[in-house]
Amino acid sequence: MSESQTLQEAWEDITPSFGHMLQPGLDTSHNVILYLEDISVSFDGFKALNKLNLTIDVGELRCIIGPNGAGKTTMMDVITGKTRPDTGTCFFGQTLDLTRMTEPQIAHAGIGRKFQKPTIFENHSVFENLELAMKTDKRAWVSLFAWLNSEGRDRISDTLKLIRLDGEADRQAGLLSHGQKQWLEIGMLLMQEPQLLLLDEPVAGMTDDETERTGELFKTLAGKHSLVVVEHDMAFIEQLGGKVTVLHEGSVLAEGNLATVQADPRVIEVYLGR
Amino acid sequence: MRTPFIIRLLSAMPRSGWIALAVFAAITLVVMPALHLWVPESSPFHVSTYVITLGGKILCYAIVALAMDLIWGYAGILSLGHGVFFALGGYVFGMYLMRQIGTDGSYQSLLPDFMVFLDWKELPWYWGVSDSFPLTLLLVLAVPALVAYVFGYFAFRSRIKGVYFSIITQALTFAAMLLFFRNETGFGGNNGFTDFKRILGHDITSPGMRVILFSLSALVLMLTLLLSRYLVTSKFGRVLAAIRDSESRVMFMGYNPLHYKLVIWALSAMLCGIAGALYVPQVGIINPSEMSPANSIEIAIWVAVGGRGTLIGPVIGAALVNLSKSYFTVAFPEYWLFFLGALFVGVTLWLPEGVVGLWKRIKARSAA
Ligand SMILES: Nc1ncnc2c1ncn2[C@@H]1O[C@H](COP(=O)(O)OP(=O)(O)OP(=O)(O)O)[C@@H](O)[C@H]1O
Ligand SMILES: [Mg+2]
Repeated sequence: MSESQTLQEAWEDITPSFGHMLQPGLDTSHNVILYLEDISVSFDGFKALNKLNLTIDVGELRCIIGPNGAGKTTMMDVITGKTRPDTGTCFFGQTLDLTRMTEPQIAHAGIGRKFQKPTIFENHSVFENLELAMKTDKRAWVSLFAWLNSEGRDRISDTLKLIRLDGEADRQAGLLSHGQKQWLEIGMLLMQEPQLLLLDEPVAGMTDDETERTGELFKTLAGKHSLVVVEHDMAFIEQLGGKVTVLHEGSVLAEGNLATVQADPRVIEVYLGR
Repeated sequence: MRTPFIIRLLSAMPRSGWIALAVFAAITLVVMPALHLWVPESSPFHVSTYVITLGGKILCYAIVALAMDLIWGYAGILSLGHGVFFALGGYVFGMYLMRQIGTDGSYQSLLPDFMVFLDWKELPWYWGVSDSFPLTLLLVLAVPALVAYVFGYFAFRSRIKGVYFSIITQALTFAAMLLFFRNETGFGGNNGFTDFKRILGHDITSPGMRVILFSLSALVLMLTLLLSRYLVTSKFGRVLAAIRDSESRVMFMGYNPLHYKLVIWALSAMLCGIAGALYVPQVGIINPSEMSPANSIEIAIWVAVGGRGTLIGPVIGAALVNLSKSYFTVAFPEYWLFFLGALFVGVTLWLPEGVVGLWKRIKARSAA
């Protein structure tokens, strides 16, 4: 890491406010919200991502499939700033270079993420989980004096209804069922009002009924938000009905609607060859 | 509409908490001072000098325990170096006390005795404001907080966590102890500061001064408790607990954990510094042994015994452990450390939530 880069990071730590106030509004003039080009990531010589290219349009609902270890989660790590790519570019809108931003900055810019393993705050109540996620000034000294106003309360109760947890607001989140935890995490994501939602296996562990309701929810979100959904559940992907991208060994193997992709001989080989 | 701050403060604690606090205030601010000052020694109701001094000491330790609970219990950061912040506050106030001795030292010099002994001709620059009481108070707050801030900035920025963080805090206090042991450092070497005479011109050993220091310690403890209650029930406290449980998740929600950790870490150090400054005039001495690694570990034991993450628990833990310490070190001095070690192991194995957890369990059982 070069010295100037270290200084730059140090400066951002000292002046978090400037960091996000000077953030230009998201420029999506070319109707593209996310743009990955030639992204490579390797772990100890193993290429988890290999020259990955991906473009997501504004308001799109994109599904990503691929066998285990294809690099789906790693791709999300790159977009959210958790992993720095070895090479390649990664832009949010036309102007925001995600490879140069920290995790909180990327979150502020408008990218929300749901993790593969549900990560809600088990010791906090359902209500508090949503409160923490709510889009607001998140600097430490502001939180010291923050007090939830009625507008915030309304937003939380609207979200509680949407994720069907309005009866559980004061319950400790750790006591929810697996499916409910998934929903809570989706609710937390929505509280952040992101423009781009990254969802890593959102319906894993849900009942068929819950899965279907999640699909309905995602379809209503698309258009207003852009969604990238990683899933193994083909019925769910069929329900969503968007464009499908198949990842294999860190790069895109095929792209198109579900039927076309499923008919692609290379895709069949990857899935059957295991 | 904004909720007035006073309402927020009042709602930070349940009614039973406020009642307990009022009782505590009455005992420490009125009853005990009165029984010490105005009831004759012959009366069985007289509160002795020993009790006031021991009580004052324990109150200071309780403040430290609270400060430790904020950082360990609520932010999940185990510091094994909090003794250094306590000692820094103590040393800063000790410098003022040394200057208050004036020419009453054994060498009748304007300089502190140890400087005369080292053949120094004038005060080092960093003793510059030690003649001023208000500036000393300012430094009592600023020095521990600043040291903590700088140390914390580098440690948290490098994302040093868990046991690694605990180890470097041990190294911090050990290094500080070695530094203060040196005569050239200018803080009295291994003897430290002692033989204090006055505060603001008043005799430091007079019953009135003793009572003032005791009650002041109690007052600071109560204010610290209120502040802590406010913090842990505020949004800040909820973010902190969230950082403790899953730091990366908090970052993806757009919070910068570094700032949150730094605020609570520096505040915790500042509270320790205040406790140290109250402690030194009451025990009459400060030396580098306060920074020994074992001292800082002991602080963690108070918190564990009382129940971490409960605020009131650490206060009780500090009192219990130190009361038994003052009993043991007289009755069986050589067994104290074994007792302390056994206590720690016992609490870790059977009482993970300390005394407060035990109390909750008993209450739950009797309710069932
Ligand atoms: N931090 C890491 N260190 C080393 N290897 C890693 C790391 N993270 C991921 N990998 C490897 O990179 C490859 C891609 O992992 P990734 O988690 O992105 O796959 P995935 O497509 O999300 O798979 P799954 O469907 O099982 O969730 C895997 O082989 C994994 O073992
Ligand atoms: Mg994955």
